[in-house]
Amino acid sequence: MELKRVVVTGLGALTPIGNSVPEYWEGLINGVSGAAPITHFDASKFKTQFACEVKGFDPHKYMDRKEARKVDPFVQYAIASTDEAVKDANLDFEKLNRNRIGVIWGAGIGGLTTFTEEVANYVKGDGTPRFNPFFIPKMLIDIAPGHISMRYGLHGPNFSAVSACASATNAMIDAFTYIRLGRADVIITGGSEATVNEAGIGGFNAMHALSTRNDDPSTASRPFDKDRDGFVSGEGSGAIILESLEHALARGAKIYAEVVGGGMSADAHHITASHPEGLGAKLSMEMAVKDAELDFTDIDYINLHGTSTPVGDLSEPKAILGLFGEHAYKMNLSSTKSMTGHLLGAAGAVETIASILAVQNDIVPPTINHFTDDPEIDSKLNFTFNKAQKRVVNVALSNTFGFGGHNASIIVKKYKA
Amino acid sequence: MSDIASRVKAIIVEKLGVDENEVTPEASFTNDLGADSLDTVELIMEFEKEFNVAIPDDQAENISTVGQAITYLEKNVN
Repeated sequence: MELKRVVVTGLGALTPIGNSVPEYWEGLINGVSGAAPITHFDASKFKTQFACEVKGFDPHKYMDRKEARKVDPFVQYAIASTDEAVKDANLDFEKLNRNRIGVIWGAGIGGLTTFTEEVANYVKGDGTPRFNPFFIPKMLIDIAPGHISMRYGLHGPNFSAVSACASATNAMIDAFTYIRLGRADVIITGGSEATVNEAGIGGFNAMHALSTRNDDPSTASRPFDKDRDGFVSGEGSGAIILESLEHALARGAKIYAEVVGGGMSADAHHITASHPEGLGAKLSMEMAVKDAELDFTDIDYINLHGTSTPVGDLSEPKAILGLFGEHAYKMNLSSTKSMTGHLLGAAGAVETIASILAVQNDIVPPTINHFTDDPEIDSKLNFTFNKAQKRVVNVALSNTFGFGGHNASIIVKKYKA
Repeated sequence: MSDIASRVKAIIVEKLGVDENEVTPEASFTNDLGADSLDTVELIMEFEKEFNVAIPDDQAENISTVGQAITYLEKNVN
């Protein structure tokens, strides 16, 4: 059977550097940091006291008080970014076959705030279980695509992909695959996460995974810098409308870019550390390029996983050099986590949006906060340090890797009829 | 209106996001006030917390309107 072409027709973003796609892009190309002292809870006893929080978010802009109360923040974020993407794509569901429209959504952890509150209430009590009836349906990861389907009456494929920090990328690759195979015409995909809370910060702190640069939060996320000391927790959501090309053309939709390939692999190495030579990362990127039927030299830009952890940032450049050879030096690379922090299960969504906008605007967003080269990282690679760069970006690849050894890569390309 | 009645009403307004005028004694949680089965469970739990009483499940099953909740609580709250 012939595979259908898949295009991007709508975007939505709620991020630590902008609460809409235009604001997010503005932040990205201007090198804005989203890091600041934590406001969601009292972090004074925590090793890390800052994060990249979403700022000024009002859930009541998107849902009534009753609905907002019944969903965890990660679902509120999902609904907000989806609302923007659906409007952006100009989708009039009344006129479309809603049995052919699905939602495939990623989150790495899900309703951690809800889980924490409910269990804390129980522990504070006398042992009598008094759990809220909305506890479980607030916490479940897959409730996010469930809520989105109910909001718009969409009966197509509906589930979540879970692969820690690769979740949203896996969700998007699934969505891409199902549309390619003709199982749906349109899929709302992406991911959301909201774990800037006691358990999230405390849990990652216990692993020594987070930066503790409390005296200077805005320079704490410094991927590939010699003095990087861990990732900065981020939160938010990205929504992407994927649609078969024929369906998009038939309704006269605006087309941002074409999705042309997806790759997935496992390191099969360690629960949290990436493979030292980037074995899985290499396999994932290789699968994506082959899936797209492109040559390695076609890739202009890679939006890196690059989280700013001492060990993780070493393996990805090795994987890129190993796979792309000399072409590695001709590409632009960047980690937009230097600005947004690490959105965990939502990272793939907001970073693929950055890649789509790079392809659309021929601008590569930077890796900010670069002060000192790391002698262990090949300095001939172009990490787009500190300042956005203009270049023609025909094809961009976005990498995300998750605890458990999951790797996922997705490729977007300028749309040509 | 009794103190209990006004507190019950306030909880219903808050939890179900309905207008105060709709919360009449005859109003059914599910048929008139838009509650689903989980909302109803949550309401009962809120009444228990607010009035510091335990409402057994077999009693809770008989509380499906605003008036029934008020009557039950007026009888069982000291």
